[in-house]
Amino acid sequence: MPTRQIKFYQVGSHAAGNRLLDPELRSVQADPERANSITKGHRACQGCGEVLGARYALDAAMRATEGKMIAANATGCLEVFSTPYPESSWRIPWVHSLFGNAPAVATGIAAALRAKGRAEDVRVVGQGGDGGTVDIGMACLSGMFERNDDVLYICYDNEAYMNTGVQRSGSTPPGARTMTTQVTPGHPGNAFGQGKSVPLIAMAHEIPYVATATVADLRDIEAKVERAMGLRGARYLHILVTCPLGWSCAASDTVKVARLAQQTGLFPVFEAERGEVTAVSQIRERRPVEEYLRLQGRYRHLFEPARRDDAIAAIQAEADRNVRRFGLLAGGAGAGVGVGVGGLADGARSVGREGQ
Amino acid sequence: MFAVRIHGRGGQGVVTAAELLSQAAFQEGRHAQAFPSFGSERTGAPVVSFCRVSDREIRTREPILEPDALVVQDPTLLHQVDVFGGLSKDGYVLINTVFDFEELGLQEWSAGFRRERLLTVPASDISRDYEPYARANTALLGGLASLTGVVSIGSIERAIAERFGGAVGVGNVEAARACHDFVSAELLELAHA
Amino acid sequence: MLEQIEGSKAVAKAVAMCRPEVIPAYPISPQTHIVEALSAMVDAGELAPCEFVNVESEFAAMSVAIGASVTGARAYTATASQGLLYMAEALYNASGLGLPIVMTVANRAIGAPINIWNDHSDSMSQRDSGWIQLYVESNQDAVDTHFLAFRLAEQLSTPVMVCMDGFILTHAVERIDLPSQETVDAFLPPFEPRQLLDPDAPVSIGAMVGPEAFAEVKYLAHAKQLQALDEIPRIATQLTGALGREQTGLLRGYRADDADTIVVALGSVLGTIEDAIDELRDAGVSIGAVGIKAFRPFPLSEVGAALGRADRVVVIEKALAVGVGGIVSHDVRIALEGEDSRARESRPAVHTVIAGLGGRSITVASLKKVFEDAVAGRLPALTFLDLDSGLVERELARTRASRRSGPHAENMLRDLGFVDPNPNPDPV
Repeated sequence: MPTRQIKFYQVGSHAAGNRLLDPELRSVQADPERANSITKGHRACQGCGEVLGARYALDAAMRATEGKMIAANATGCLEVFSTPYPESSWRIPWVHSLFGNAPAVATGIAAALRAKGRAEDVRVVGQGGDGGTVDIGMACLSGMFERNDDVLYICYDNEAYMNTGVQRSGSTPPGARTMTTQVTPGHPGNAFGQGKSVPLIAMAHEIPYVATATVADLRDIEAKVERAMGLRGARYLHILVTCPLGWSCAASDTVKVARLAQQTGLFPVFEAERGEVTAVSQIRERRPVEEYLRLQGRYRHLFEPARRDDAIAAIQAEADRNVRRFGLLAGGAGAGVGVGVGGLADGARSVGREGQ
Repeated sequence: MFAVRIHGRGGQGVVTAAELLSQAAFQEGRHAQAFPSFGSERTGAPVVSFCRVSDREIRTREPILEPDALVVQDPTLLHQVDVFGGLSKDGYVLINTVFDFEELGLQEWSAGFRRERLLTVPASDISRDYEPYARANTALLGGLASLTGVVSIGSIERAIAERFGGAVGVGNVEAARACHDFVSAELLELAHA
Repeated sequence: MLEQIEGSKAVAKAVAMCRPEVIPAYPISPQTHIVEALSAMVDAGELAPCEFVNVESEFAAMSVAIGASVTGARAYTATASQGLLYMAEALYNASGLGLPIVMTVANRAIGAPINIWNDHSDSMSQRDSGWIQLYVESNQDAVDTHFLAFRLAEQLSTPVMVCMDGFILTHAVERIDLPSQETVDAFLPPFEPRQLLDPDAPVSIGAMVGPEAFAEVKYLAHAKQLQALDEIPRIATQLTGALGREQTGLLRGYRADDADTIVVALGSVLGTIEDAIDELRDAGVSIGAVGIKAFRPFPLSEVGAALGRADRVVVIEKALAVGVGGIVSHDVRIALEGEDSRARESRPAVHTVIAGLGGRSITVASLKKVFEDAVAGRLPALTFLDLDSGLVERELARTRASRRSGPHAENMLRDLGFVDPNPNPDPV
């Protein structure tokens, strides 16, 4: 079938509607036969980025696995708002055990499927928020990676413990206000020089596939899940999901804020295999971090009552560093992503809007 | 019930010796219970193991405080640890050493016991004749069989062979037999003395 | 078939015969020989289909077992002491979800101070976790009880803990009769789960339950354990038939029917107690023992019936409820209160004897002394067997004399001569 490359470019929006795309390139959500893995009736907040990301990710996984999938969920927003007793909005086989053990429960499910000879066709997804993944679930996650268990683990990162009322996690960015990193004269929110990048930690385990994504590019989430499901072994997907309540931004800005996170360079979007970056989503229009910060109340103290140029500059420097490290700007090959494995792997792709 | 207590240092196969003794008794159709007493687990630390042999089921689990027989695999323990604690007056003692009781400074102590039941045997030297695999712990079991008759030498040999296959088993079996014969000869001498 | 074999290895063989499908394992003394033996069997293809998963912690071990069990696999693991505590959250999760996981606990003391030797403080600390707890007396009992445990767990959809004394049983080599695979297969059918994660019939497991229904869910767990009071004897009878060897159900008496003094205990110390009882009986003392095997659920009416006619009960406990005293004796007292046949005044007096903590040996001689004291009316309500009170008093005096008195453990070890009294002498 002859295809036409789409080259038009709309100011203010980068959306290419489904009807203009070939069927294979269309979102799973466009299909009335989609799985609706997490269906209506859940209690998520208006504008919740996590449930948006989860719906896209899991329906893509269901399509990739032809509906044969089991999910293990950590305690957190996603688990709580999706299963308010006596209802459940899950249409897939789903288990919630504890806060810190979702990766281990997923390992157990995968082991059982192997023992029963069903590992070929039934696949396993583990999922949780940043709290359950980056902090309390870290040991189990690392164990799952190290054993190369056949699990796709998805972290929905809203950068704090949101379900318990917005407390700082190992994923909370510097300068952000949370209930345990409050704003005081000496401390502008969360400390600088802390935090961890679980995608980089995942890469250090040299697992088959690591990727990051945001809810600003939902089709990208689907593509990455499809790609991950085409592989075996331990795979990790880290999705930045806006939390309007915890970030104090407008519910209608969920996608916009996530896009700015990527466009500023604060949240690099990339793929890696066995510890080496293989593809990077390039920033088409670089945005200054201030545009991103101003939309969120958790950063208001950086602007009112007085501008904190030092903090803003430090955050900008972080973004600049990411741009350099990951090669996020077109034409600029990165100096190399940490973990000591050098720059982009040979043949690594820079992914713009046009490419695949 | 016959209670044997074995003293040695970590790495000398003290626990294995008790287990082999229990295997030998099992093969003769008897009940046997072998267990270790762990101190801090490291090579060189004093270790004690126990073995009870009986025709009836053995129920008690306490350590052997009143042994019928003592095996001391390492003579450097003699003045460091109370290896003789609780030994009955009719008890047997078998010490792995080239020295005799007088040279070990145990003359006085031994006065309260039956002299013909207290023996030394150079088990380490004997097992060296069956290098490279023979060890003193298994050799001593051969000596114990002769001294006490708690099990036969044949049962000891079978237990060793089952536990250690090939050349390792052969070497240890031969050392055990040699030690058994050494002790038998020593007992004969004592009987005629 | 008869074998002279180490307790751990015998248990591993028994578990293997139960055809577990997923075994997650994390090493801790004194359970290591069990999981090592199982791993060897899986690697050699002797135990198949079975996935042996080397996990990163005990918390992970129980979590992997949970994931496996909800996917319909028969799951097993083993732990002890600190490891059991580390998986405490997951223990409650497993029982709350109604998963028939079987676990061997190689009973070991809990630190601080760190101690690798036997006592019951680990499993006792989890007595309210919703797991069924069975305490075995010997390695033969350990082997046989694992068959019972898998069958019981799957029957009730409740996890079961088989408690065996660490080192004392796990590392003892003794004669064991292991049944054939055919015998075990006939006794233990394949696992049929009550709930299952299955893409063909999706369900959500592990939902939040609020005040509207939580009490009812918890009550069901309690009701299931009470059902076990009937199931355990029933399954034990069937196991007796299958193995041709008498199995203990909830508890077992030894010369207790006509005894004025009855000793109560759990686990391997019962063997030593029986020797002490025989010696005292020979001397004309009316004394017997009751060994409780099922500690959870606690067989209140059976214990009450077994002890009700005695004048006094002496409970030998290998754990301590710090701040109050006995744990088992507490449940024994409740059992005796339920005995309507005797009024309060004529109920037997209950004496608690805390013994064997941290692996201190319990000897026939010490037991006889304490039993004789009980018979003579000299035994207080709570005693600590073979406690070195002088040592304790001296340490208390040190704490009164100085604020910076130092760590208790080191001070007392120094007092006992285990530690150099002058560790940092001035160089000469």
